[in-house]
Amino acid sequence: MRTRTRILLFAAGAAGSAALFTAGALDLPRFGGALHPYGDRAVHQALRESTTNTVSSVNFDQRAFDTIGEELILMASAIGAVVLLRVVGKEAEDQGATHRHGPAEVSDALRIVGYLLLPVTLLIGVYVVAHGAQSPGGGFQGGVILGTAIHLLYLAGDYPALQRLRPIPVFESTEALAAGVFVAMALAAAGAVPALNGAVGVEVGCALVLLIGKFFEQALLVREPPGEPS
Amino acid sequence: MSHLPYLTAGWIILIGIYGIVTSRDLIHAVVCLSITQSGTYVLLLAIGYRYGATAPVFSDRPPHGRPVTDPVVQAMTLTDIVVGATVTALLLALTVQVAKRRGTLDPGELRSLES
Repeated sequence: MRTRTRILLFAAGAAGSAALFTAGALDLPRFGGALHPYGDRAVHQALRESTTNTVSSVNFDQRAFDTIGEELILMASAIGAVVLLRVVGKEAEDQGATHRHGPAEVSDALRIVGYLLLPVTLLIGVYVVAHGAQSPGGGFQGGVILGTAIHLLYLAGDYPALQRLRPIPVFESTEALAAGVFVAMALAAAGAVPALNGAVGVEVGCALVLLIGKFFEQALLVREPPGEPS
Repeated sequence: MSHLPYLTAGWIILIGIYGIVTSRDLIHAVVCLSITQSGTYVLLLAIGYRYGATAPVFSDRPPHGRPVTDPVVQAMTLTDIVVGATVTALLLALTVQVAKRRGTLDPGELRSLES
């Protein structure tokens, strides 16, 4: 399709969508109004279960079935991305590509800050997961902090240490295990909010480590054209 | 203009789709998809907003003080963000594959499905 035709087609569709969306939006309750029936009931229920962070209560208690779906989407995309990247990496290795050992030049300041922040960031991640039921935070947010924390080692230029700290197979099985634990707890309606929070935290953290790890391997792959002296 | 925040969300979504339609680079298209999705965050949070309200967390204050914003749509936004992030990762992995197999990232040059 020519670019011009495509834009014309888009313009027609966008005009229609915009008209319908505007008509729908104008019928919504006023912005910032006091009418929030679902919100009020969710707050009431959360306080009855003494989960002071209402958002965690909605995610892991009142709508835990939805969170199962979300968990499985997370796992499926992580598996898909890891498999796709693994194929690319393996083919390149078969053609004689090698991996560099981390970013080339790292300044001393970045190195020191990376090493200093690593334990602090891990601690904050654990705190955010563990206190997700009471204060702002939760498994998803804390898992992201945990998953990114160990990659401060990459910023510090210590890729071999990062590889020792994150054996990929262990993280793969831990992710699957955490997802299984979450589904089992949610289906049995046995999990308290902190336990579900913890399972989600572990799963999100592992998924992130896997994804970032695979993208790093891509970034550090050195392809040498065949038959050319290096 | 009490409906302006909702219309802003619709505008962000349309701008994102416009970016995908006119994209000349798959990574750019993935970023545009993220922008489209951020329109849904704006829409959800705008629906849940309440004037004079604070965050729906009661760890350090009594339950029946100030009104709070709607926690249901906030939890949905959280779901939305997580799904968006993982889908972006998956699409970027696909982009790596496309770049390797076809040697181009321009969607206009990707004609057939066979490699």
